[in-house]
Amino acid sequence: MKRVNAVVVGAGAGGGIVAKELAQAGLSVVLLERGKWYTAFDCRKDDLRNQRTSALGNAFGPDDERNPRVAVDLKGRARLVRASGPGYSNNAACVGGGTLSYGAMAWRYMEKDFRMRSTYGQVPGSTLADWPISYDDLEPYYEKAEWEMGVSGDDSGNPFRGPRRKPLPMPPLAPNREFEILEPAARRLGLHPFHIPMLRNSVPYGGRGPCMRCRWCVGFACEVNAKNGTQNTVIPAAMLTGNCELRTGCMTRQILTDARGRVTGVEYFDAHDRLRRVDADIVVVSSAAVESARLLLNSTSPLFPRGLGNRYDWVGRNLQGHSYTGAFGIMPEAIYDDLGPGASIAVSDYNHGNAGLAGGAMLANEFIRLPYQFVGMLPPDVPKWGQAHKDFMRSYYRRAIAVQGPTQEMPMFEARVEVDPAVRDFWGIPVARLSGDKHPHTMEIGNVMAAKAEAWLKEAGAVRTWKRLAGPGLTAGQHQAGTCRMGDDPKTSVVNRYCQVHDIDNLFVIDGSVHVTNGGFNPVLTIMANAYRASDYLVKGWNGTRYR
Amino acid sequence: MDRRKFIAAGLAGSAIGCGRSRSPWRFFTVEEARTVEAVCAQIIPEDQDPGGRQAGVAVFIDRQLTRFYKPLQKTYRQGIADIDRESLRLAGHPFAELDAAAQLDVLRRFEGNPDLKPFFDMLVAHAMQGFYGDPRHGGNRERASWKMLGVASPPVRGRA
Repeated sequence: MKRVNAVVVGAGAGGGIVAKELAQAGLSVVLLERGKWYTAFDCRKDDLRNQRTSALGNAFGPDDERNPRVAVDLKGRARLVRASGPGYSNNAACVGGGTLSYGAMAWRYMEKDFRMRSTYGQVPGSTLADWPISYDDLEPYYEKAEWEMGVSGDDSGNPFRGPRRKPLPMPPLAPNREFEILEPAARRLGLHPFHIPMLRNSVPYGGRGPCMRCRWCVGFACEVNAKNGTQNTVIPAAMLTGNCELRTGCMTRQILTDARGRVTGVEYFDAHDRLRRVDADIVVVSSAAVESARLLLNSTSPLFPRGLGNRYDWVGRNLQGHSYTGAFGIMPEAIYDDLGPGASIAVSDYNHGNAGLAGGAMLANEFIRLPYQFVGMLPPDVPKWGQAHKDFMRSYYRRAIAVQGPTQEMPMFEARVEVDPAVRDFWGIPVARLSGDKHPHTMEIGNVMAAKAEAWLKEAGAVRTWKRLAGPGLTAGQHQAGTCRMGDDPKTSVVNRYCQVHDIDNLFVIDGSVHVTNGGFNPVLTIMANAYRASDYLVKGWNGTRYR
Repeated sequence: MDRRKFIAAGLAGSAIGCGRSRSPWRFFTVEEARTVEAVCAQIIPEDQDPGGRQAGVAVFIDRQLTRFYKPLQKTYRQGIADIDRESLRLAGHPFAELDAAAQLDVLRRFEGNPDLKPFFDMLVAHAMQGFYGDPRHGGNRERASWKMLGVASPPVRGRA
């Protein structure tokens, strides 16, 4: 098989961008993706089988039968979990990764989100640390992501955001009913509400049309292709250069190394389950926090007996996601307007500066609810079945608003990905084993955020409210991050500030794994910006035949 | 599947159908289906709007037990038997033959029994899926629940 300059493992938010940047710079690239390439026609509007509600399975992978994991609960009991079931911490496996079916909130982290340790000091039991880079380092790349991928919204009313040189390229969608109710209420409370930035066309952009405001949004592939993921932006652009070959249905088994400790390519199973190899000058791992760590840990050799980048046992550590908390409110009258995406208004007032708390969360109204989703959101005192349950659904489905937010988690060394010593997947590759807990302070912050959400709903006129709190246990899921921490010190991190594995020059990890902390926001725009930034470095260091 | 295999499968299917209880269900026996329908009628009762029975929740469960919920076949067979056994023990009749008040009483006791609760909770979850979920899976007949909630059902483009 021919040799290429770069092989990128995973065609999600990070990998898609890296492939495009390298291909446009003239490098030959093979982009490996274990899932399929779906299109707008795969929307399907199936409320029981999508990436948000997987009662009847995941719409966009991974497949239940072939991809088990082991989850260890808080009592130390290990159990086998399937991809569409609880405890798996799933992210989609397809071209575009999570960006095919995400809700598409496009947040920049705040300046303090990169300096959590300096801002709040040591938090006992947490590996809270500063990023080796600052908001200013990332700002030009946030802008590039916003303009290349396409972001709509208006955060000019948010005084807490970091400075930006250019506004967002598209205006926000017209306000929905929830926005109109929550906006004045937030102002009365002295908050600073604004239009959520979204990777979604509000006007024609990038050769595709605008959002048609349907209710099949988060969890679904957009029927009119108005949601901007890597599958309909940078990956086609990468392929148009003629330098990038996308191979779908390809499950990577391990990264290969030579006797000098450099990587030489990867071994993978192709769509027909045949073992293949691709030799490359550089390898970029972009498989999301769980699978990236798993791949590094599974790539053992005499020089790297504990896996790649794992000399100091940091690969797989600090697994984090977002613990969502908030509140529901019943309004005096029906407010359901059937306008997607639903989520429209946010405040950033509570991300930092909460007395006694090391952080906080952005709060926003929730995405539009499909009827079945509301079943799981009823107040705790409403019976789970019977006449009272049906009455509640009928009376309040059209009167409910939810406000919630992703608490910035306190990273934990013991929240981790390992490879299971016994369980193997369909291809015989040891599976990921997830264990650990939430930091108690994460729960504490989440509880305060829920109270803030409830107060906002009450101010908006809710006649009845109830909180949604988070229980203990790992949260990784679609916002998974942290397992290949970025840092200047090789003893306490896996990659350097350019996402290059500390002791292997030609191996990179470019996805949410490198996040030191995960912000009180949806992480995807930061993954994208950092992918542009790391690619920039990679291209600059490329001398025509090899890296450095 | 080619034409020959299709015909062969059809013959095999009808042979089994004739040999056994002639159940129109894919997984349930006629008796099991009767019990499940009666339970679903309590989980989501009929009032001014259709309930679980009218919306075909049992059809949804039956269909999924040959598909995504196939691994749960044994659990269902056992669980349904448990409901009828408890019903006989507590009220002297199989569940479907009890009046509504007695059925509710049996289900509350069933739910209160730690050994039986897991099956009941699962049945409730599946009933909610069958009632509020998409009609394509066999439940929510005539979009009954969506009409009840006042949610429009626009057409699906592409491969529905």
